[in-house]
Amino acid sequence: MSKTKLVIAGNGMVGHQFLQSLADSGQLDSFDVTVFCEESRLAYDRVHLSAYFSGATAEDLAMGDAETYRSWGLTVLTGETITEIDREYQSVTTDKGRELCYDKLVLATGSYPFVPPVPGHDRPQCLVYRTIDDLDAIAEVAKKSKIGTVVGGGLLGLEAAKALTDLGLETHVVEFAPRLMAVQLDNGGGGMLRQKIEALGVSVHTQKNTQLIDDGEQCFHKMNFADGEVLETDLILFSAGIRPRDELARQSELEVGERGGIVINNYCQTSDPAIYAIGECALWNKQIFGLVAPGNQMAKVAVSHLTGGSDNFTGADMSTKLKLMGVDVASIGDAHGQTPGARNYTFVDEREEIYKKLVVSEDGKILLGAILVGDAEQYGTLLQYMLNGIHLPEYPDTLILPDRGDDKQTGLGVAALPETAQICSCHDVSKGDVRAALDSGCCTLGDVKGATKAATGCGGCSALLTDLVNHELEEMGIEVNRDLCEHFPYTRQDLYNLIRIEEIRSFDELLEKHGRGHGCEICRPAAGSILASCWNDYILTENNVSLQDTNDTFMANMQKDGTYSVVPRVAGGEITADKLIVLGQVAKKYNLYSKITGGQRVDLFGARLEQLPGIWEELIEAGFETGHAYGKSLRTVKSCVGSTWCRFGVDDSVGLAIDLENRYKGLRAPHKIKFAVSGCTRECAEAQSKDIGVIATENGWNLYVCGNGGMKPRHGDLFATDLDRDTLISYIDRILMFYIKTADRLQRTSVWMENMEGGLDYLRQVVINDSLTLGEELEQQMAHVVSTYQCEWKTTLESPEALKRFRPFVNSDASDSNIVFVEERQQIRPATPEEKAEIQAEPIKLVS
Amino acid sequence: MTTENNWTAVCGQNDLISDSGICALVNDTQIALFYLKKEQAVYAIANHDPFSEANVLSRGLIGSKGDDLFVASPVYKQHFCLKTGRCLDDENTRIQAWPARIENGLVEVLI
Repeated sequence: MSKTKLVIAGNGMVGHQFLQSLADSGQLDSFDVTVFCEESRLAYDRVHLSAYFSGATAEDLAMGDAETYRSWGLTVLTGETITEIDREYQSVTTDKGRELCYDKLVLATGSYPFVPPVPGHDRPQCLVYRTIDDLDAIAEVAKKSKIGTVVGGGLLGLEAAKALTDLGLETHVVEFAPRLMAVQLDNGGGGMLRQKIEALGVSVHTQKNTQLIDDGEQCFHKMNFADGEVLETDLILFSAGIRPRDELARQSELEVGERGGIVINNYCQTSDPAIYAIGECALWNKQIFGLVAPGNQMAKVAVSHLTGGSDNFTGADMSTKLKLMGVDVASIGDAHGQTPGARNYTFVDEREEIYKKLVVSEDGKILLGAILVGDAEQYGTLLQYMLNGIHLPEYPDTLILPDRGDDKQTGLGVAALPETAQICSCHDVSKGDVRAALDSGCCTLGDVKGATKAATGCGGCSALLTDLVNHELEEMGIEVNRDLCEHFPYTRQDLYNLIRIEEIRSFDELLEKHGRGHGCEICRPAAGSILASCWNDYILTENNVSLQDTNDTFMANMQKDGTYSVVPRVAGGEITADKLIVLGQVAKKYNLYSKITGGQRVDLFGARLEQLPGIWEELIEAGFETGHAYGKSLRTVKSCVGSTWCRFGVDDSVGLAIDLENRYKGLRAPHKIKFAVSGCTRECAEAQSKDIGVIATENGWNLYVCGNGGMKPRHGDLFATDLDRDTLISYIDRILMFYIKTADRLQRTSVWMENMEGGLDYLRQVVINDSLTLGEELEQQMAHVVSTYQCEWKTTLESPEALKRFRPFVNSDASDSNIVFVEERQQIRPATPEEKAEIQAEPIKLVS
Repeated sequence: MTTENNWTAVCGQNDLISDSGICALVNDTQIALFYLKKEQAVYAIANHDPFSEANVLSRGLIGSKGDDLFVASPVYKQHFCLKTGRCLDDENTRIQAWPARIENGLVEVLI
């Protein structure tokens, strides 16, 4: 059977979702797909566009990538636009003169920003806010501007205002309506939002009808309003709504709405059954859906229809929750109470600047809508009430009144939600999908997010998802008790705070004050790690020794046969010839298996317990120190050779790596920590796969956080750009100490980040803006650890008492006869049980 | 080493490490000895870990699960009861355990 020729006009977010859904359907093979992408960039995340000015790069925002598209077998033509459809011959023509036939055509052309036809709207430095190219243009103009003004106080306009403040401009918002976000908010909510946004330094002008833009006196422009007032500004950004891009439909005489938009049916087909339209260009039931979630639904419906499925588009809920310049705002359903008989509940707290409104049915049983400003925590719960028609509690106002902790939680039990309840609207994940993910083996919030993508879009549902996952796990009989273990009714974070605040210095004291029993292999190392993070005492003191895993006790890594491997520190991977020779000599003398590690150092395997002190005496004599390869602690700071030698290097990555490694060596944490430093964007040190990654730029250092390799690789998030060395170090100090303070036991930074409510933005708030006023304290705590560093092996060698532990037998000088090696590729390796049996029968073959 | 009524003295009390283990060799048998400081009690079980086939149990962490005292193998983390040698994770596995005591500053094992 010949393949269906499928042509797609547009590669925005919805266009990308269409391709993703097609790939997920497993039926790519039946299609010959060609995608036209007007922009030079493939699909990217327009919802988070303003992040571009607070550190994110175009790569961070990217959704589609050429490699993936290629692996799906798609033909993707960027910078090329379809200009004409010939429906009779089923062909399209592009602006580059290309002609292409189609069996099916999908229009995902999106929308364009509406610019009011005010005289002067086309002056230079009048811009729009839609694409990354727009952002680049805005940044360019902002460089020579002091004042920026956004025309439009809706959702997008306020996003754009954030972008202007991020660029350092004095920012104004001009709105025609009497309040901000007029569609989503009422006067009370709009007023509160205005108050909060003005407190952040943005001037808001409502009920302003711009009539003329001409030359200013102090600034580039002067805006003249109908009421006679004027506003001078250097940059004008129009964000006064969107209009569907339906010109192709008009040209080919497809049915379009009176006010624009390509008319579609429930299968997303246009008036020509061979042509589909999805996203913001489509008009369904006389409605345009200007949000990404309904667009994604349309994409899935279109794919379903193309592949023989029966999905329907039946409209979409336009409820929305977002954070505008740090202010939580949410609007649900019939927020304006237009349903006949609707009744309101309102809660206003002018001191905390919180506004909440519930709109309920006449009989008070059903939630019709809601508005939340300043605190949108109940969004998830309220949305579920509204979407599923769940009966409200007897006193609905308890849902918006502050929780004073004196009565029972009034939140909606997730148990009450029907199976079909949509938890995540961005990725259309239902309660049933979450349960299916748990049934198929997911057992943490992170697992569920990974498997279903829930809460990875706007994040508005993360609190609800957490509740649901915890509830379902409990139902399945899986303990979600967050107690560390049976000996401590506390989480790791609780114990950390107890140890810090009460200045507890030993496990016995901790157990006596806050625990019971004898401890175990979970709480002992956890307490040992916390004590080390806080006080940094020698880990093998009489008090501490029983808390350490065998690797920490013997400061080496136990291997499967009970022998150990030894890794001295080689900071930044830089090592002299003399030291290399010593490593070789020691390996040879003790007949150790040698291997180069991924962290740019040398691992020596096969050391017996009793050999460790002798090996370390020689290593320390040669100037080595312990490498902490055995600890949940800083491991290595990998580096490329950097600007000292490399033709492309921008800065001295090796020098920085050595300094970082020496600063943080010995720091104990919930899990092991790896760093890397690259000297240019070629990224030879692979810094983006590390807990802390640093990459040199022309203007300083870019900092990436919370990446890792391992079982579930994760790219680090770009945390901040172009940092000088001191700022870089203070940020790393704060991030690591905040991680140590707040992570779970054995939680890697990547999982920590994925489970953190508010994610990267929250971490930036804490570290960069010091939102918890913890910054200085975190730095001081790090300074203590840095100043109390000791080489644990050096300390151990100086203590005859500690060395006694390295005897294999307390009452004999014999060695463990069970340790047997054979030779492979000119080195030793542990004998297999069969080999052991054979060798022990003829002991003469013994290698060591 | 002195022998009296089959109690074998293996080391001094001051060789023990609080809430942790050491290993003694008696007639080619490796015996892991654990010392609980609060109770002043000593326990003796085999040093051989049947799961990893390595002689390492004396290097495990000790703890309690309900009323059972245990050592967790440092290799694959199975728990062995210090009193009985029973594996708490696998009822089909048991390692040897010996009565042990502290007498006149010496650690003795009944073997």
